Amino acid sequence: MHAAMEIPYVSTPRPDTGLYNAKIGIWLFLASEVMLFGGLFSAYILLRVGAPDGTWPEGWLNIPVGTTNTVVLITSSITTVMAWASCKMKQFGRFKLFHGLTLLLAMTFVGIKSYEYHDKFTHYEAKLNDQLVLADGKTVFGNLVANTNGVVLFSVSTGQPGEYEATPAKYAQAQVAKIVPGQIVDGHLVERAADHITLSGHTVAEHAELMNMRSAAARHIQHSEITLVPAQLRSIETYGPWHNTYLAIYFTLTGLHALHVLGGALVIGYLWGPGSKLWQTDPERFTNRVEISGLFWHFVDLVWIFLFPVLYLL
Amino acid sequence: MINWEQLFGLPPLASQQGQAIDNVLIYTHWLIAALLIGWSGYFVYVLYRFRASRHPKADYLGVRTHASNYLEGVVAVIEGVILLGFSIPFWAKAADQFPKEDASVVIKVAAQQFAWNVLYPGPDGDFGRQDPRFLSAQNAFGLDPEDPKTRKDIVTLNEIHVQVDKPVIVHLTSRDVVHSFKVLAMRVNQDAIPGMSIPLHFTPTRVGVYQINCAQLCGNGHSGMAAGRLHVDTPEEFAKWLKSKSGAAAAPASYE
Amino acid sequence: MQAIAEIDPLAAPHARPHGAARETHDGAGTFWRKYVFSTDHKVIGIQYAITGLCFLFFGFLLMTMMRWQIAKPGEPIPIFGPLLQAVLGDTAAKGIMSPDLYNSFGAMHGTIMVFLAIVPLAFGAFANLIVPLQIGAPDMAFPRVNMASYQAYFVGGVIMLASFIIPGGAAQAGWTSYPPLATVVATDGQTYWIIGMVFLITSSLLGAVNVIATVIQLRAPGLHWFRLPFFVWAQFVTAFLLLLAFPPLESAAVMQLMDKVAHTSFFLPAGLAVAGPDGHVSGGGNPLLWQHLFWFLAHPEVYVLILPAMGIVCEIVANNTRKPVWGYKSLVYALLILGFLSFIVWAHHMYLTGMGTKISTFFQTTTIIISIPSVIILTCLFLSLWGGSIRFNTPMLFALGFLPMFGIGGLTGLPLGFATSDIHLHDTYYVIGHFHYVVAPGTIFALFAGIYYWFPKFTGRMMNEFWGKVHFWLSLIFMNLIFQPMLFQGMAGMLRRMADGGANYSAARVPDAVGGLSNYIMQMNTMISYAVWMLGLAQVPFILNFFYSMWKGPKAPSDNPWQATTLEWQTPTPPPHGNFLTAPAVFRGPYEYSVPGHAQDFTPQNQPDRPATT
Ligand code: HEA
Ligand code: HEA
Ligand code: CUA
Ligand SMILES: [Cu+2]
Repeated sequence: MHAAMEIPYVSTPRPDTGLYNAKIGIWLFLASEVMLFGGLFSAYILLRVGAPDGTWPEGWLNIPVGTTNTVVLITSSITTVMAWASCKMKQFGRFKLFHGLTLLLAMTFVGIKSYEYHDKFTHYEAKLNDQLVLADGKTVFGNLVANTNGVVLFSVSTGQPGEYEATPAKYAQAQVAKIVPGQIVDGHLVERAADHITLSGHTVAEHAELMNMRSAAARHIQHSEITLVPAQLRSIETYGPWHNTYLAIYFTLTGLHALHVLGGALVIGYLWGPGSKLWQTDPERFTNRVEISGLFWHFVDLVWIFLFPVLYLL
Repeated sequence: MINWEQLFGLPPLASQQGQAIDNVLIYTHWLIAALLIGWSGYFVYVLYRFRASRHPKADYLGVRTHASNYLEGVVAVIEGVILLGFSIPFWAKAADQFPKEDASVVIKVAAQQFAWNVLYPGPDGDFGRQDPRFLSAQNAFGLDPEDPKTRKDIVTLNEIHVQVDKPVIVHLTSRDVVHSFKVLAMRVNQDAIPGMSIPLHFTPTRVGVYQINCAQLCGNGHSGMAAGRLHVDTPEEFAKWLKSKSGAAAAPASYE
Repeated sequence: MQAIAEIDPLAAPHARPHGAARETHDGAGTFWRKYVFSTDHKVIGIQYAITGLCFLFFGFLLMTMMRWQIAKPGEPIPIFGPLLQAVLGDTAAKGIMSPDLYNSFGAMHGTIMVFLAIVPLAFGAFANLIVPLQIGAPDMAFPRVNMASYQAYFVGGVIMLASFIIPGGAAQAGWTSYPPLATVVATDGQTYWIIGMVFLITSSLLGAVNVIATVIQLRAPGLHWFRLPFFVWAQFVTAFLLLLAFPPLESAAVMQLMDKVAHTSFFLPAGLAVAGPDGHVSGGGNPLLWQHLFWFLAHPEVYVLILPAMGIVCEIVANNTRKPVWGYKSLVYALLILGFLSFIVWAHHMYLTGMGTKISTFFQTTTIIISIPSVIILTCLFLSLWGGSIRFNTPMLFALGFLPMFGIGGLTGLPLGFATSDIHLHDTYYVIGHFHYVVAPGTIFALFAGIYYWFPKFTGRMMNEFWGKVHFWLSLIFMNLIFQPMLFQGMAGMLRRMADGGANYSAARVPDAVGGLSNYIMQMNTMISYAVWMLGLAQVPFILNFFYSMWKGPKAPSDNPWQATTLEWQTPTPPPHGNFLTAPAVFRGPYEYSVPGHAQDFTPQNQPDRPATT
C-alpha cells in the first residue's frame, strides 16, 4: 500500500517561500518576542514620562560594567555566526570552537549581570528618625509630632526600625536643646548584625538628592563608613525592585532578558554537546539548527542593545 | 410627540448635556433597527425561496447586482455622520470646554471602598492645600491642617448638593482602587482612578435627589456602594445647605 | 459545452471500514503514545476539543450559580449551595454566595470562557483538526511543539482550577484584573491567575506559530493563497492576532506578578489608602498602564473568538447552499483588514478613563471603521444564500443561527463604539448583552455547527439529526431569552458585576432617589436566570447525542457524507496518521459547487480537470 505522507520542508527550503519550516517558526516566534519586550519598553516610557520631575533616577548603574557586557554580547553574536559558517563549510572542529566560545561569553554575561544585581541588593537606603537632643545631653530617636505652644510632642522609637511608643512623649521647650530632622543614609553594606548595620556611603537631607547620581555634586560625594543602630532607623530598604519604579522596570527588563540569555545558552550548550551528534547523521539539519539558535541569539543580543542605552545612559 | 427616550428604555433625563448623549444613542439605535429589520426580512425570504425542496438546483453565480456595495456605503456614511456630526463634537465639549469656575459649583470627589468623599471649598471659594502626606482615614483629601483655607472647607460623605441650572465641575479621584462615578439621570459617568484627578462637568436641569452609582468593580462592596446621593437644589435651598455646613466642624477632625 | 467526466468520490477506493487506517498507519506504540503524548494533529485537536468542552461546561456551571444569586440575592443556592460550602468553606456559608465568591466566579467565568473554553475550541481544536487536512498536509509543521502547546494549556487550566480551592479562593477582580484591585485583593488567587495566564499565553503562542508555519509551508501543490478555504484564512489571521497581541499581556502579567510578589509599584500610584500584601508601596506606578496593555490584547482577542467562527460558518454555508460563497475575495480582504485594524481600537474599552478629545477621536474613528469589514463579511455570507439550494441540516441550522445572532451582537457594538453613547452604556448589562450575543449564540453556535459538521470525519459516524434540531431550536430560544433582556436592562442603567443583581440600586431599595431600577427591570433578572438554567437543560440532547453517536451512531455513508469540495473530505475516515494516502494536488478554488456543465453539484478541489491518465 501507499506510504504515509511525511512532513515536507523539514530541512530543505520550500521553493516558493525559500525557507525551511523551522526558519519560519523562529521568525514568527521572534515577532512575538518583539511584542513582549515592546510591551515592557512601552511600560518604561509611560512610567518615565509620567514620573514627576526629579523622581526618575539617573546614573544609578555602572556604565563601564554595562559597556563591558555589551561588548561581551556583541562578540558572542559574532562567534555564533562563525559557528554557523563553520558548519556550512563542513568544518566541525571550528564549529565546536566557536560555539564553545559563544557559550562561554553567554556565561560571562550572566556572571557580570549577577555582579550588578548583587551590587543593588547590598545597596541600602536608610531613612533615619528625627533626633531630639535634650538639654541634659541625652538623645532620643523618634518622630517629631508637633512643636507648638511651648510643648514638643515626640513619639519615641521602641528600638525597632519603624516602631514607636503608642503615646508621644511631652517635653517642655526648655528641656530640648536641639531637634535634628531625620536624614537619609545611602550606601553599600559593610556589615550587618542584630544590633547595628554599617554602610559605606553618605548622608543626605532629602530623598530627592539621591536621584541624580550623574550631577557634578554627585561626583564629589565622599564615602565613609556609617554605623546605625535600630532605634535610629525609620525604615531601611535595599535597592531591590520594590525600591522605586525605575528599579522595578530595570529588574524586570534585565531579568527577563537574562532568562532569555540562559535559555539561549541552554540551547547552544545542547547543540555544542549532546545535540552535535546529529552532525554525523544529518549535517544539513544540524546546520539549520545552529542557524536557528543563532537567530535567537542575535535577537537576545539586539534586545540588550536597546536595554543598555535605555537603562544605563538615558 | 413620542418620547424616544422612554421608547428605548432610557432612564429619565435631568441634565443639559445629556440630551446630546441620548440623541447619539437614539440615532444609532435607529440604524440598528433598520439594518436588523431589513436583513431579517431578506433572511427569512431567502430561506423560504431558496430552500432545497423548492429550489433543487443552485445557481452557481448567485447575486449578480452590486446593490450590496451601495448598502455598505450607506451604512458607512450614516456611521460617519453620527461620528463626525455628533459624537466627536460632543466629546470635545465634554472633555475640553469647561464652564467658568466662578459660575459653577466646583467640588472634589474622592471615591474609596465603598463610599464617596466630597469636598466643598466653603464660603471662601478656595480649597485648602492638599498633600498626600496628610492622607489618613479621617482626612480623605489630605488637607493641610495648618492651612487657614482648610478650616473653611466642607467635607461630606455620600452627599453632594448642587444647584439647579448651574454648571457643576467635579474633580474626581480615588483613594484606593478604580471606581466609577455614575449618575444615570445626569448621563454622567467617569472612572475614578487613584493617582489621577479627572475633571468632569454637567448642568443639572431638574430639582430632585438622584442616585450615585459606582460603575466599576471595586471589591466585595461594589454592589453595596449605593449610599451616594446627588441633591439638585433650588438656589435658595443650596445656599441654605451650604450655610448649615460651613462653620460646623466639617473640616478634617483633630490632629493632636 | 461538454460535461466533464468526473470521478465519483462516493465510489472512491479509499472508503473502507473505519479503523483499518489507524492500524496500518499509526506510528504504533502504547496507549500513552497514541492518546496522551501523541504528536498527531488530530489527536491533539481532539484533546483540545474535549478539554475545551469540559471548560465550557464548567464556565457555564459557574454562571448557573451566579444567576441564582442575581435572581434571588442572599438566598441559599439549592443543590449546589451545600456543596459549595463543603468545598469552599465560609465564602459560601449556609450555601449562600458571598460577594467575594460572586466576584471570584464572575472573574473566572470570563477567564475560563475566553481563554480556556472558546480559544482552545475555536482555535486549538478546530485549527488543529481541520487546517492540515484542508490544505492537504500530513500534519502540522511542528508536531512536538503542537503537543507542548496542548500541555501548556492543560497546565494553565489546572492552575486556574486549583485557585478555587486555595484559602481566599480564585481571582476576584474581573477577567480584566484591573489593578490596584487585583493587586490588593486579599487572595493569592490572583497570583494563580497570572501564572495560569502565562501558561495559556505560551500555549496560544506555540499554537499560533504552528498554524502560520503550516499554512505557509505545507499547502499542497496547486493550493495557492486564493484557493484556500475561507476557514483556513480565518485561522491564519487568528493565529497572527494571537501571536502579536498576547505577548504584551504577558509583559503586563509579569509586571502584575512583580507587583504581587516583589512588591513593585508598576500599577500602583503613591498614597494609596490600601496597600500591597505587605503594606509597602513605593508608588510611581500607573493603573492605566495595565488597562492599555490588557486591552491591547483583549480587543484582538475578541476577534480571536469570532474569526474561526466565521470561518466555520462560511464552510457550512457554502456546502449547504450548494453554491460558491459570494464575494470570496472581499471576504478575504475584509478579514485581513479586520485583523490589522483590531490592533488599533483597544482604547474603546477605556473611554471613561479621562480620555482627551484627540485620543477619543482616534479610537472612536478606528472602532467605527472596523465595523465596516464585519459588515462586509456578514453581507457576503447573507448574499451567499441567494440562489442557493438550501439544505436545512443541523450544522446548517446552527450556521444560519449564527448570522443574525452575530448581527445583533455586532450592531450593538456600535453605540458602545461611539464614545458619547458609551457614557451611558459603559459597564452596564448592555455591554454584557452585546458581547454575549457575539460569543454565545454567535461563536458557540458556530462551534456547534462545526462539531455536527465534522463529527463524521473523525468518528466515521453521523450525529442524530432530530436531536440536533431540538438542540438548535431550544438553544436559539433560550439564548435570546437570556441576552435580549440584558440589552434593555443595560439601557435602563443596570450595572454589571453586581453581586446582588442590582438590588441595592433598585427603586424598591432607594425610594428616595431618582435612578433606581424599576421593578420591571429587576424582574427580568429572574426571567433571565430561568432561561439560563433551561439553556443548560437544552444541552442535554447534545451531550447525549455526542457520546451516543460516537459509538452507536449510524455509519457515515461515505468519506464525504456532505458531498463537500474541500480536501479534508478527500481522505479516508478517520484520516490515518499522515492524513493522505497519496499527496493531494489542487486544481481549483474551494467552493466549486453546482459548476455549470458538471454532472455533480460539487467538484472537489483535488479533482483534476481531466481524469488522470493512469
Ligand atoms: C467576539 C467578540 C466580540 C466582537 C466580534 C465584538 C465586536 C465589536 N465590539 Fe465588542 N466587546 C466584546 C466582544 C466582542 N465585540 C467583549 C467581550 C466586550 C466586553 C469586555 C469587558 O468589558 O468585559 C466588548 C465590549 C465592547 C466595547 C466597550 C464597551 C464598554 O465597556 O463600555 C466596545 C466599544 O466600542 C465594543 C465595540 C465593538 C464593535 C464596534 C464591534 C464590531 O466589530 C462589530 C461589527 C459588526 C457589525 C456592525 C454587525 C454587522 C452585521 C450586519 C450589518 C448584519 C445584521 C443582520 C441581522 C441582524 C439580521 N465592544
Ligand atoms: C467567550 C466568552 C463567554 C461565553 C461563551 C459566555 C457565556 C455565557 N455567559 Fe458570560 N461572560 C464572559 C464571557 C463569556 N460568557 C465575560 C468575559 C464576562 C465578564 C466577566 C467579568 O465581569 O469580568 C461574562 C459575564 C457574564 C455575566 C455578567 C456577570 C456580571 O456582570 O456580574 C453573565 C450574566 O448572566 C453571563 C452569562 C453567560 C451565559 C448565560 C452564558 C451562556 O451562553 C453559556 C452557554 C454555555 C453552555 C450552555 C454550556 C454548553 C456546554 C456544553 C455543550 C458541554 C458539552 C460537554 C461535552 C460534550 C463534554 N456572563
Ligand atoms: Cu466602587 Cu464599585
Ligand atoms: Cu473591543
